Amino acid sequence: MRAPLSLLPLSLDGVVFAVGARRIVDGISLRLEAGPRTVILGPNGAGKSVLLRLCHGLLTPTAGTVAWNAPEIPGGPRRQAMVFQRPVLLRRSALGNVRYALKLAGVPYRQREERALEALRKVGLEGLAGHSARVLSGGEQQRLALARVWALHPEVLFLDEPTASLDPGATHEIENVIAALHAAGTKIVMVTHNLGQARRLGDEILFLHQGRLLERTPVELFFKHPSSSEAARFLEGELPW
Amino acid sequence: MLVTAGDPKVFDIVLLSLRVSVSAVLIGCAIGLPLGAAIAVNEFRGRRTLIVILNGLMGLPSVVVGLAVYLLLSRAGPLGELGILFTPAAMVIAQAILITPTLAALSRQVVGDAWQEYREQLRSLGETKLGAAPTLLWDLRFSLLTIVLAGFGRAASEVGAVMIVGGNIDGVTRVMTTAIALETSKGDLPLALGLGFILLAIVLALNAGAYVVKEAAQRRYA
Repeated sequence: MRAPLSLLPLSLDGVVFAVGARRIVDGISLRLEAGPRTVILGPNGAGKSVLLRLCHGLLTPTAGTVAWNAPEIPGGPRRQAMVFQRPVLLRRSALGNVRYALKLAGVPYRQREERALEALRKVGLEGLAGHSARVLSGGEQQRLALARVWALHPEVLFLDEPTASLDPGATHEIENVIAALHAAGTKIVMVTHNLGQARRLGDEILFLHQGRLLERTPVELFFKHPSSSEAARFLEGELPW
Repeated sequence: MLVTAGDPKVFDIVLLSLRVSVSAVLIGCAIGLPLGAAIAVNEFRGRRTLIVILNGLMGLPSVVVGLAVYLLLSRAGPLGELGILFTPAAMVIAQAILITPTLAALSRQVVGDAWQEYREQLRSLGETKLGAAPTLLWDLRFSLLTIVLAGFGRAASEVGAVMIVGGNIDGVTRVMTTAIALETSKGDLPLALGLGFILLAIVLALNAGAYVVKEAAQRRYA
């Protein structure tokens, strides 16, 4: 049996997403390749989260196209995943939540338990496998969301401000898991407001402003010499020095 | 009161009431909960109209249901050949019809609210709308318990429908509510009152039990 074709690259061509007359994403074209970790930056209302959702297929563009190299089969198991700012966990145990995701991914019943436990171990939650997911702390809940992702071995992972409501310790743990997922071969596409995090986790920066993609720059260069004046102003406003 | 409860005839009446209403609730749940969940997670033409109708049917008068089922099941009616008019089966059907819209409308509300919160995550994981309905029903099982009890309360306490389709036949189709109505009109107020207390006690005990379960679940699952 041949290995399935890679999902990537992902090509966006003239993508527009409008609500009424307001264009939240206003004509973005770009190509996301396997490999480098992509971090999306921009002020509030720049369209970052909407762009992620358009890529992930949760929203349908008003105009333009979002095309994968080899699209997923509709109704089939997903090969991409998303982690939200606040994870939605089911009223089941931590283990049950991961098993549920594996069930949706078409993993045979007998393999689910083992793979779910393995994923919980990866994020350091094996000791809480039997606890109900909804009473875990914020950081643990987000790690559980990442375990759910880990179990699925997605080719692409979208993250929408995954640490926005977490303390530094929990943020650090989440960043470690994201780095490990990247090391295991998953393409990372992340929105964040945390510039330190963008530096730590990013290889390239996509800078969005008012629904447009203003620049795409390697991370070191972006923080030293942003090429757009909007990005320069954004960095000045955001940085404490 | 004690004399009433110890009377074997009274015991039969209470037992039949429970059998009829529990059966009706089971049927109502089997139809109403999936229907409510399906309406909650799907978008289709006429959805709003359907929701308005369902909400309206929550106030369905039980005598009207009784009359409709009576016409259906009477000898000359379309289902007359079944020969189940004036049997407990007819009463189960009438009560199930009475409470199914309530179960569907209320579960639609509960599941719909949760769907707003869950939709993106479940779709991201690859859940289909067909699969989302049972997933949500299971996830909301403790909230739905209250709805199911409301359905049971309505079924067990209604008198119009079971009176019409059951006929209040002594030893066959006499349930608590119809017995209370009869004994009151006959003037046997102590018996009517005793039955009323038993009915009230059952409904209260069930609700108390459900409350405890829900509390425990909330502590465990949040």
